[in-house]
Amino acid sequence: MEMKPLTRIVLGLVCLLVAIWLVAPTLVVVPMSFNGNKSLSFPPQGFSWQWYENFVTNPEWSTSFLNSLKVASIVAVLATVLGTLAAFGLDRMKARPANLLRMLMLTPMVVPGVVLAIGIYAVYLDAQLVGTLPGFVLAHTILALPFVLIAVSANLEVFDRRLETAAASLGAGALTTFRTVTLPLILPGILSGLLFAFATSFDEIIVSLFITNPYLKTLPVQIFSSITRDADPTVAAVGTILLCATTILIGGGMLLLGRERKGRL
Amino acid sequence: MSAFEPTIQTAEKRAVWAWRPFALTLPALVLLAAVIGYPLLTIVLRSLSEPAWGVQNYAWFFGAPVNLAVLQRTFSISAWVTLVCVVCAYPYAYLMTAVGPRMRLILVLCVLIPFWVSGVVRTLSWVILLQDSGVINSLLRSAGFAGIRLIRTQTGVVIGMAQVLLPFMILPLYSVMKGIDLRLVQAARSLGARPSRAFLTVYLPLSLPGVYAGAIIVFILALGFYITPALLGGPRSTMLSTLVQTQVLSLLQWGRGGAMGVVLLVTTFLLLALAAPVMRSRHREAGRR
Amino acid sequence: MNPRPDNRGAAIDLESVTKAYGAFKALDGVSLRIEPGEFMTLLGPSGSGKTTTLNVIAGFTDVSSGKLLVGGQSVVGVPAHKRNIGVVFQHYALFPHMTVGRNVAYPLTLRGVGQDDRKRRVAKALDMVKMGDFAHRYPSELSGGQQQRVALARAIVFDPPLLLMDEPLGALDKKLREWLQLEIKRIHRELGTTFVYVTHDQEEALVLSDRIAVFNRGRIEQVGTGRQLYDEPATLFVGRFIGDSTVLRGETRSDGTGTALNIAGETVAAPRRLAGEASPVILLRPEKLAIRRPGQADGKNRLSGTIAEAIYLGSGSKYEVKLGDGSTAIVRSPLTGENFGLGEKVELCFDGADAKLLADDSTADTTLT
Repeated sequence: MEMKPLTRIVLGLVCLLVAIWLVAPTLVVVPMSFNGNKSLSFPPQGFSWQWYENFVTNPEWSTSFLNSLKVASIVAVLATVLGTLAAFGLDRMKARPANLLRMLMLTPMVVPGVVLAIGIYAVYLDAQLVGTLPGFVLAHTILALPFVLIAVSANLEVFDRRLETAAASLGAGALTTFRTVTLPLILPGILSGLLFAFATSFDEIIVSLFITNPYLKTLPVQIFSSITRDADPTVAAVGTILLCATTILIGGGMLLLGRERKGRL
Repeated sequence: MSAFEPTIQTAEKRAVWAWRPFALTLPALVLLAAVIGYPLLTIVLRSLSEPAWGVQNYAWFFGAPVNLAVLQRTFSISAWVTLVCVVCAYPYAYLMTAVGPRMRLILVLCVLIPFWVSGVVRTLSWVILLQDSGVINSLLRSAGFAGIRLIRTQTGVVIGMAQVLLPFMILPLYSVMKGIDLRLVQAARSLGARPSRAFLTVYLPLSLPGVYAGAIIVFILALGFYITPALLGGPRSTMLSTLVQTQVLSLLQWGRGGAMGVVLLVTTFLLLALAAPVMRSRHREAGRR
Repeated sequence: MNPRPDNRGAAIDLESVTKAYGAFKALDGVSLRIEPGEFMTLLGPSGSGKTTTLNVIAGFTDVSSGKLLVGGQSVVGVPAHKRNIGVVFQHYALFPHMTVGRNVAYPLTLRGVGQDDRKRRVAKALDMVKMGDFAHRYPSELSGGQQQRVALARAIVFDPPLLLMDEPLGALDKKLREWLQLEIKRIHRELGTTFVYVTHDQEEALVLSDRIAVFNRGRIEQVGTGRQLYDEPATLFVGRFIGDSTVLRGETRSDGTGTALNIAGETVAAPRRLAGEASPVILLRPEKLAIRRPGQADGKNRLSGTIAEAIYLGSGSKYEVKLGDGSTAIVRSPLTGENFGLGEKVELCFDGADAKLLADDSTADTTLT
């Protein structure tokens, strides 16, 4: 569409503002994390590494971080296995029941967090799962499942089933076909599902707030209670560390992907 | 034609192995039933049975003006958030379709960067930005203006929530917009429409499915928001989720909390059911590249 | 590739094979014997059952009833991956995540062939399809014709006694198709394997095949060499599907010596009678019809008409002539013959012995595409 110069400038400005609005909150934690005072007021006073030190040395922070890592790792594997199996089942089912089941499996995405949280809390109280590793893993797995399902299903949709027939004609049984043809071709979907599942669990807060107890806290719960309790810049330090970690992970992933693509051409 | 009829072949395998695909979904379904179905059922039952069987909890909820005020506020905040998202996302998504690949990558990155940090940390960022001694107010003061109160106000909640939800608006909108055939706009121009008129009569209607889809997602997610209003809001901007949490955790009123949860849940699913036909747009085929 | 002891392919026997999907019969009592080492083409319009037959032989589709023997042994119920039959697909079906070399090595790996032997056989198969230099490329880097040659190498590398091809050249342009037809013919000669080839292109079938089985509506209409099908079509469908033809319909009169047809007042006759009740039609090949100026035609069988289309073919001319009853006759005349212009009145004549008397079949016209 052609635009008048004025329209173009206004559009550019609006989008610049939106972009700043999107990105700035992500970056504002960085200067705060080096605050010399125990305050979250702006602008930060002085400079110190003490909040990073606190994150590493204070068992409240380091334990919750390790807990989150542990829970998210198990959830990633579990949700990926369950989600991939389900995606396969749905792909090979008749359209009508498949659509119905798919909608059912996506409900965790739309059920309001608090409603789900009190429900799971009620059940966990009876089953004595509050503050336990299995409790966290089960709840996070069900929340992560839709993301795996979506990622793997998207890959299965473009997967050419005729390749499986071709493999059969060349002498491959069902299992061999899966291992040598199907799996390698949908691996990108499975891996991104794995990543999404990990991120979902690592980031989950609402259900975690309800099923946590002093013996088992995850990092988001610790961050939340720290924010509500006092203005502790350790939170900003944690935010900065997470930001750096994700940037490195994503940047590295993009580099690897780019290199592999180049290698193929 | 000749193709190798895989559909027919799979139809047959289905007859023989009909149970097999279903068996693959079973583990997920069992977990779903145990960790979503059973808990939700528990909540529904408790809302009807505590302290005694009956609808007293619902009567209480709809009878108390305080609750209705919160319900109304939840809707109005969600509506505001949705409106802000639509207004901001539309030009942004359009720009994404109009620029070159390098600029588009930057714009996409700006949308995705908020996902890189934990949601809680992002809300903390908004506390830092909005508080009385925060970034916005200190910038205002250094520019000679009086500070404004943002934190613990409805405005603050809307600003924070809209930023968190904006990507959910931009992405579906972009995916619809990039499918719009721009030759249709040229056709309208060649038929004598001014640019603004061509936009209003051709481009806008074709992009509406994206607006609907994004708006529904944003509104539904906003209804259930908990963390952002809890940290950015004050007593006068409480949303339904916070009320549910208070009833259950602080007052141990499972029946009342449950009833509120059920109201929230039913509202969400009703909205989804209403939105489904709208999202299955009639214009899906036409106007696509 | 190790040549088999007898250097021949496997025979295939289909006996009354039926494949039903509910009420619809994709195959309706198909019987066919394919000789060892033969190049058999299954020819027919879409939905005629030729691809279903191929799928049945490959093991991708079960039969509803009937017998299927490969190399004299029943394979009904044997899963596809245990049949040891090579298949080439229209859409190549190369594994996109494997190089050309690994694609071709795939069936050998499955059969536990040792690495040295495997390398040697992959190289030999790729050489045979003239793709020896491409072993390290990925399928996405190859053209359609190159991909199909790799797919062919992959289907023959494990020495199957039988190779099935499902419209393998269907997605390629004409020039490439014609060249690959000759390549396939050469490979068939070199291997001695039985080839079963599915196509809807009758010219392709004539170029490639030892014998052709013509399919229509889930049945085989006729099996024979290209010449047999052209010269002696068993049914009107076959006559119309293979080559150009003129079909004459009219009021029929039969006596002891032959059959006469009255077409818009003119009478033509064939010196034969049709057994049974069906109404007879006369089928004529274009080169059996002579075209003359009015009054110059000789012989008993004369038809007058008007030139509706004149096509110059280089080696001669092809005319479409509108006959008195509104039907169209197709005539090919040699370069030495006279030239006729559009709208010109002409007379056609033919020798009664060249007229093929066939039972009328209304589906023969409609199923042509």
